[in-house]
Amino acid sequence: MFDWNWEFAWEILPRLIVATGNTLIAAGAGYAIALVLGLVLAIAQRTPYRGLTFVVREFVEFIRSTPLLLQIFFVFYVGPQFGLRLSPWASGMIAIGLHYSCYLSEVYRGGLDSVPRGQWEAATALNMTIAQKYRRIIIPQAIVPALAGMGNYLVGIFKDTPMLSVIGVAELIHTANAIGSEHYRFLEPFTLVGLIFLAISLPAAGLIRGFENFIRRKLGLQ
Amino acid sequence: MDIFEFLVQYWPRILSGVGVTVAQFVLAAILGIAVALTMGLLKLSTNKVLKGFAVTYIEIFRGTSLLVQLYWIFFVLPLFGFSIDKFTAGYVAVGMNIGAYGAELVRGGILSVPKGQWEAALAINMSPAKRMWRIILPQALINMLPPWGNLMIELLKGTALISLISVADLMFVTKQINASTFLSAQAFGIALIIYYILARFLVTPFMRWLERFMARKMGRA
Repeated sequence: MFDWNWEFAWEILPRLIVATGNTLIAAGAGYAIALVLGLVLAIAQRTPYRGLTFVVREFVEFIRSTPLLLQIFFVFYVGPQFGLRLSPWASGMIAIGLHYSCYLSEVYRGGLDSVPRGQWEAATALNMTIAQKYRRIIIPQAIVPALAGMGNYLVGIFKDTPMLSVIGVAELIHTANAIGSEHYRFLEPFTLVGLIFLAISLPAAGLIRGFENFIRRKLGLQ
Repeated sequence: MDIFEFLVQYWPRILSGVGVTVAQFVLAAILGIAVALTMGLLKLSTNKVLKGFAVTYIEIFRGTSLLVQLYWIFFVLPLFGFSIDKFTAGYVAVGMNIGAYGAELVRGGILSVPKGQWEAALAINMSPAKRMWRIILPQALINMLPPWGNLMIELLKGTALISLISVADLMFVTKQINASTFLSAQAFGIALIIYYILARFLVTPFMRWLERFMARKMGRA
């Protein structure tokens, strides 16, 4: 029956805090990969090569409509079959980074589409190269409408890191599971994990909203 | 072993896994829609207690991971005396999670119905329940159907997590086949393709059809 043991909860808290660090590192590293790769996927859909656009588009759709859990297993187990052995961390980061890069590419695409045509034409009139146009004119303007979506996926990736436990990344759920099977007590570890998630994701969502408003004000959009 | 031999040998198990995945999807969708409707309406309530309840529910389920919720329902809830079998725990967790996201869609959809519609329903002396059911909700439904399509894909993907509490869905069967044959590329590759087919050629077209059907029914097509 229900018997919450405070002593046990205190005893396991340090281990869970270490695991929280791992969870945050995993979320941060995965997000960094997704931010960069997502931009590549978004820009690849805007080249004049129709074939490339089609392939990238289908790839993004494929990744977005299949479970992350399955992709994590795929990356982790298929490599060794062909002689490529990846550590749990490496395959986890590849899988989660790739998954979220597809979501972020859609966010970027929305942002890029929202930049008025005249901006492109003006940049062309100034004889800018394609790289200059993106870097100096288009991306700074595309970022602002994309900020809300980018923030949501930062929280999203944080909440999806528990899936990395299945290949042995020692994040929160993995640690809670280990504690649970060592002591035959699951109430405290899993409840604490839930509370830790709430304690991070709720303020994070608030901060992201604040940051978005701050940027908007800074750029004189509000 | 090439992929066709693999399919010939393992299709009965894969198919049974697909069956469980589809069953979980349907049950979780029904529960999710019911939860979304209830919580979305409660969040719009003027009663502070009801509204607080809905807000708490939504924030808890959107603020933590589905996997955490699933483990909590499966491992911790029995300690309170609610023992549920793993199959039920699976769709309950996924459905309650999706319901929290859906509640925000329901709320947004209802708020997007023009104020004049509320006033008109009031003017012809409809009771609040009748007004909601006959005037507001049908119009809200049309507004919120497109984002529900995305949510249904998320739901399908969410069902893969129930394999972690040993429900024999497609993900679980694939993992078993992989463990006994080490044919990872074939096993996981086929599972990826099946999930893709379910999402892209069943769920998405159904939601599109539903959008068109509702629009026609409301005389907006």
